Formats: sequence, structure tokens, C-alpha cells
Amino acid sequence: MAEKKVRFIIERQDGPNEKPYNQEFDVDYRPGLNVVAALMEIQKNPVTVDGKKVAPVTWECNCLEKVCGACMMVINGVARQACCALVDEIQQPIHLQPARTFPVIRDLLIDRSVMFESLKKIMGWIELDGSWEVKDAPIQNPYTAQTAYEISHCMTCGCCPQSDFIGPAPTVQAYLFNLHPLGKFDAPKRLNALMEKGGITSCGNSQNCVEVCPKSIKLTTYLAQLNRDVNKQALRNIFNK
Amino acid sequence: MAKDMSKKKIAIVGGGISGLLATIKVCEAGGEVDLFSYCPVKRSHSLCAQGGINACMDTKGEHDSIYEHFDDTVYGGDFLADQIAVKGMVEAAPKLIKMFDRMGVPFTRTSEGVLDLRNFGGQKHKRTCFAGSTTGQQILYALDEQVRRWETKGAVTKYEFWEFIRIIKNKEGVCRGLVAQNMNTMEIRSFRADTVILATGGPGQVFGRCTASTICNGSAVSAVYQQGAEIANPEFIQIHPTAIPGSDKNRLMSEACRGEGGRVWVYKDGQPWYFLEEMYPAYGNLVPRDVASRAIYKVCVHMGLGINGENRVYLDLSHIDSGYLERKLGGILEMYSEFVGQDPRKVPMEIFPSVHYSMGGIWVDRKHNTNIPGLMASGECDYQYHGANRLGANSLLSAAYSGTVSGPEAMRWAKEGNRGSELTDEELEAARREVQNEYDKILTMNGSENAHKLHHEMGDLMYKYVAIERDNNGLDTCLVELKKLLKRWDDIGITDHSNTANQEAMFVRQLRNMILYAMAITKGARMRDESRGAHAKIVLENGKQKHDEDGELVFMGRDDERFMKVTIVNYDEKTEDPIVTYRDFDHSLIKPRARNYAVAKKE
Repeated sequence: MAEKKVRFIIERQDGPNEKPYNQEFDVDYRPGLNVVAALMEIQKNPVTVDGKKVAPVTWECNCLEKVCGACMMVINGVARQACCALVDEIQQPIHLQPARTFPVIRDLLIDRSVMFESLKKIMGWIELDGSWEVKDAPIQNPYTAQTAYEISHCMTCGCCPQSDFIGPAPTVQAYLFNLHPLGKFDAPKRLNALMEKGGITSCGNSQNCVEVCPKSIKLTTYLAQLNRDVNKQALRNIFNK
Repeated sequence: MAKDMSKKKIAIVGGGISGLLATIKVCEAGGEVDLFSYCPVKRSHSLCAQGGINACMDTKGEHDSIYEHFDDTVYGGDFLADQIAVKGMVEAAPKLIKMFDRMGVPFTRTSEGVLDLRNFGGQKHKRTCFAGSTTGQQILYALDEQVRRWETKGAVTKYEFWEFIRIIKNKEGVCRGLVAQNMNTMEIRSFRADTVILATGGPGQVFGRCTASTICNGSAVSAVYQQGAEIANPEFIQIHPTAIPGSDKNRLMSEACRGEGGRVWVYKDGQPWYFLEEMYPAYGNLVPRDVASRAIYKVCVHMGLGINGENRVYLDLSHIDSGYLERKLGGILEMYSEFVGQDPRKVPMEIFPSVHYSMGGIWVDRKHNTNIPGLMASGECDYQYHGANRLGANSLLSAAYSGTVSGPEAMRWAKEGNRGSELTDEELEAARREVQNEYDKILTMNGSENAHKLHHEMGDLMYKYVAIERDNNGLDTCLVELKKLLKRWDDIGITDHSNTANQEAMFVRQLRNMILYAMAITKGARMRDESRGAHAKIVLENGKQKHDEDGELVFMGRDDERFMKVTIVNYDEKTEDPIVTYRDFDHSLIKPRARNYAVAKKE
């Protein structure tokens, strides 16, 4: 009996400034097979369906548990994590492409440093005096803490589109820090940063982000609340002039 | 802005919890950090820690005490951990939790808004602080944020997607820098540093399939081992009892499942048999990991009672209220549903033990200095704190605590240490050239072996001979086979000759390091003729595994006289073999006693 195969059509690119091209690979089917596991099989035997021996496909992955955010790519046209893309649940042949919302380094490997730069712009941290002991940390409302926990799952994967707008993921992180009893001291600074070019006013409210978020973070809800906070801050800025 | 040349420069390799906390401490002390990582530090493996972090907060009316945490850790580690070091860690734990709370870690809270606590293995009190079931992710993110803040102030320069290759010593033998390679452009460069801290995590990938991330390969540890750093207790590999078996990786199902009331069972004579509860009435499902893993292995492999005859047992949460489960364990239950396609709120999960953590690692003193002056190690890559078995939720603690020790010590050494001469430009270039030549040579390899296939074979070997049950026949065989693998490495053929993100060439280099690390683990296990913690060795009789009258395997006992000592492994440059010796350590505070989880712990 011929072994069941899974066909992959992979959009490859040899370097940042090279032209993309497609290559096709067959991988032995097994139950529970996911896209990362299939790419690992190609590493062991990098031969195309035409029998051509080629360089193994380049991509990024770490945890394979959908927590690290590394293996985001476009699978059958949708940006998602490859580790939890089970072959049984997606249409074959399976098309893999790099997420071209970011610069491509090689094959499926992309450069997402812009997202981490955005986290600097929104001052995504608590202004700690230092890592030394001060006293007890403030008590927090458990319901607010639960909201914070939800937003804090954002793994900076980049599934949500990052246009000239600094992007839903980093923007919503501003909301997270404004929720914290110490973080809220610097809320005006974060809100002012979001007023700048490429800030929250660039959000087209297309709702795309919330649909693709692999962590089901209610991005649009928090963007709306943040938008309100930014408007209030803008008014405060006028009156305090 | 011109750089202040008088500032001390600390190179930190690895951006998990330990590396990031060390970074913060160095910055606070006025130093500058070059931070090297395989990936954006926010994607480091610390984020896979799920269940929580231990600290005696004593907020549940159970009269928990720091001493109790101390004793549980030492007892759980089967009396092989340096007790002074452990004491320092458990005393600092509550302060670290308060610091994380201020940093914004979204810990799960009680109705009063204070931190909630849960039960964990090997401990009788609620002592584990947690953020749902993604505690490591949340702590890592808070530290990532603080380091980003230091980055904007110019104190931290990140080298993400750079691979550490080796340290550079000056002519006095002091570590004064390192060589690293850009994983995208393949540029190889030398860096000066006043102190180098390795915080590179564990070697899980040596076993192939494990709960670790693909980046946890132990390659950096092996590299410095080959440069003279001692590895300590490498044979103590933690096998986690509850993981979802997978062909690409075994995915962890947190001990928190059992901490929140989960029960482990299989069918026996048509009835559910809660074997952990029966075998260990005092601790039940919350026995430490080495004990639980051996029991599951025995039930499946020796008694043949695994689910459908396969190596699987049930981990059952289905009797617990689903709203409660969602709040306490949401993240991992979702993961199980996603990868297995069944809802653990309704049906029992199917799990089996998997390689998870290394208690051993680079030998360090209590300040985290290695035997090479100027080189430090911190976090899972060091050997400190856990002895022969680590308690669940003590790893986030040791990762964090070690960073708070290694960071300030790196600055002290940079200011006061006997560092000898500065590296000259020629010395820097010579080190770079050597690594470049090695790399260029890999690119020309045109043999018949595939590196990823060799890696797979190595994982199978290590699981077969150096996992839950070991014996000296198997360990001898394994050493011979690993030597053969090392030889076959020379016959690898490369298909990728690109100068952009050449992951194949980098993997070939890592693989060689991994094989040498595997040999250190196996040799450590071969020489330790006793059973202690995660290291369980079967007695041989006439060259065969010995069974008692009931047909049960006979294991060696714990031998404090000969083996209450730290295994020290040195690398023999000529033969490439590991050389094992033993070293005393401090166990002056708690007198060793027999470890038995069938009964309540006596102090």
C-alpha cells in the first residue's frame, strides 16, 4: 500500500532582495501531523516532488505550543501559528508563504523587529524604581487583573496586520499598562504617544485584528476603550495648556 | 551619543528569566549589557513554564514557613543540593514575588485581590504563586519589558538572532570576551566583555523529543565544557510525568493539573486504578516528578496496563467544575484541545512522561562563578539548587533568583576581579578567524549523513538507555553508540550553501556539541552506582537485570557514603571523552534521611 502523502506548496525566497518562487514537497502523513512537524521532515530529506535535492526550508520556531509566537506564517492564505496548524484540519495541498506584512529574510523567515520597536514607543513597561525590595505590592482588583491577564497573553506574533499604524498588538499593550495600579501613573504619557502619527487615529477599525488573534484577545474592545481614553487625554491637554 | 568607556561591559548569553534578571541587576549597578539570544528574548523558553513559582507567602492559613520550603526542596532533591545555596533561594522567594507583582505580572488573585496560591508536588502546603497556567510567559514578559526600558536608556544592546559560539580567554586564562554569529547574515564577530554570563537554559534537545523548545540544545554549555568549564551532575535529567506525547515534541501538561485536583489512573481488572494514590497514600497524585514518572513507567511498561496497551495513562480533571478549571488552568486546557482534539474538561487526558529539565549543568559556586575566571552561569544551564530532583515550581524560582545573584557578582568581578590583560585586537581577530574557519569547513561537508537524522537517532539512544530506568549494560552500550555518532558526524553532507540564514550549517555545529554533552550525561550516569532522585539504576546479576521474588526489578539504593557528592565532568581534549570525578558540597543544615513519599515527611 502506498503511504499517504501530504503535499506542500512553499513560497521560497533565497534572500531579502531575491525573487520569490514556489517549490513543492511531499511529506508522509501521520495522525496529529502539524505544519512545523512537516517542515522538520523536509529538513531530514529536502527533496522536491520532482526529485530535486534542494536546501531545506528556512523558518522560525521555538516552543511548538503556541506560546512563543515565533512560527507565524501564512498558511492557505491566513496568517497563523504553524505549530498548531494540524494537517487534518486544513485543506490540501497546503500553501505556505512568509507573512509579507514584514520584510522577508529568507523563505518563511521574516523580520518582526518593528513590533518590538513599537513596544518602546508606547512605553510598554511599569516605571519601576528598581528591582530591590520596597514594600508590599498594591492589592489589585481581581476582575481588572483578569482583564490584564487576557491582554498579557499577546505573544507579539504579528498575525494582526501591522500597517503604518503601529499595530493593534503593541497599541493594546498600552491599555494593559494603564490598568496596573503603578502603571497608570504614566497613562498620560502613553496616551499622548498614541496621539502621534501612526498612533491610534490610524486604526481603520476594520476588525481584522480581532478575527486573526490566535490568543483570542478582544483587541477591538480594548482599542475602542483606549480610543476613548486618548480623546479624554486630548481634552485634558487642551484645558491644561 | 558617545559611549562611556569607563562603564563595565557584561556579556549575557540567553534572554530567558535568568538572563533578563541578571541584565536588570547589571544595569542598576551602572553597567552595560550586550545581550545575545537565538531569538527575540520575549520568545525564550522560560515562557513554557506553566504551573507557577514557589514562595512561602503563607496567606492560606496553613502556617507555611520558609524552613518548610527549604526542607521540601532539599528532601525533594534527595539531599544532593548545596544547602546554603538553597537556603538563600527560598529566603529570597517572597521578595521576588512582590517585585514581580510590582512589575505587572498578572498573577491570579483571590477575591480579596491578594495573590492566590496552589498546591504542587512534593509540598504539603499551598505555596505556588501562579498566573493562570502561563506563569513563565507572564514573568518573562514583565522582565522583557523592564529590559526594553533599559534598552531605551542605552544600557542594553540586544544581539537577537545571534548564536554564541565560544568564549575568548586572555593569556592568563581569564574569560574576557566571546565569539558570536549573526544567524541571518552569518557574520561572525568577536566581542570584548568584562564578564560573560551564560544563561542559555537546558539541553532537552539532546533527547530529541522533550518538553523543551527547539532552541534548548545545550550547545553553549557544551562549547564552554570543551573550553575547560566543568559540568556538574549532568546525569540528573528530570522526566516530567505528564506530557502529551508527540512526534515533533512532547507538550507539557502542568503539574498544576494535579495541584488543582487532577487524578492519574489506568484501568485494572476493568476498574479505574488510581495507582499513585494507592502507592503513595501520604502525597497521592502530588508525589515529586521522579517518583510519579517511575510509577507511570512501571504501570505501562512492566505491568502492561497502559491505555489500549500503549504507553499512556489518564490524567483526569473531568470531575472538577469547568468554570474553576477555566480560571485556574485555562491556557493549557485550550492547548490540549487544540493539539489532541478532545476537551479535557469532559474526558480524561492521555499523557506519558517526557524529558523535561536538567538539574545538572555548568558547575558554579554560590555566586554563580564557574571554574573559568570571568565566566559565570545562571539559570537552568547551571547545576545549582535542585540536587537529584527538582520540585515543580522551583525552576521559575531558581531562574529568577540565580539572575539576582549572577548579575551583581558579574559587576563585582568586572570591578575587583583579577582579570589580567585586556584582549588585543589580534587576539580578538584570531578567535574570530578560528570560528570562521570551522564554519567554512562545515559548508564544504559533502558526506552521506543528514544532521537532522543523526539528531533523531541520538534522541532515540538517549531515551532508550539514559531515561527513567538505567543499567550499566545499557549505559556502556550508549557510550559506544554515541562515540560512533560522533564519528558519523564527520560524514555529514550539507545541501544548503547559502550565506543567508543558513540554519542547516548552524545545526550541524550545534549537533556536534550536543553529542559531546550527551556523552557527559551518559558517563555521569554510568559512574554513579546508586539510585538517587531522577537517577534510578537497576542492579545487574550475571549481566542481566535483577528481579526479586515477586518479579519486581531491583534497584540500587541510595549510597550516601560513596555518592553524596557532586559529579564533576571534565572534557578530555585528546580523546574527546568525559572524565568523571566527585566533589563534596555543603549539606550541614539538614541531616540526610531516607526519602519516602508513601508516608508524611519527618524532619
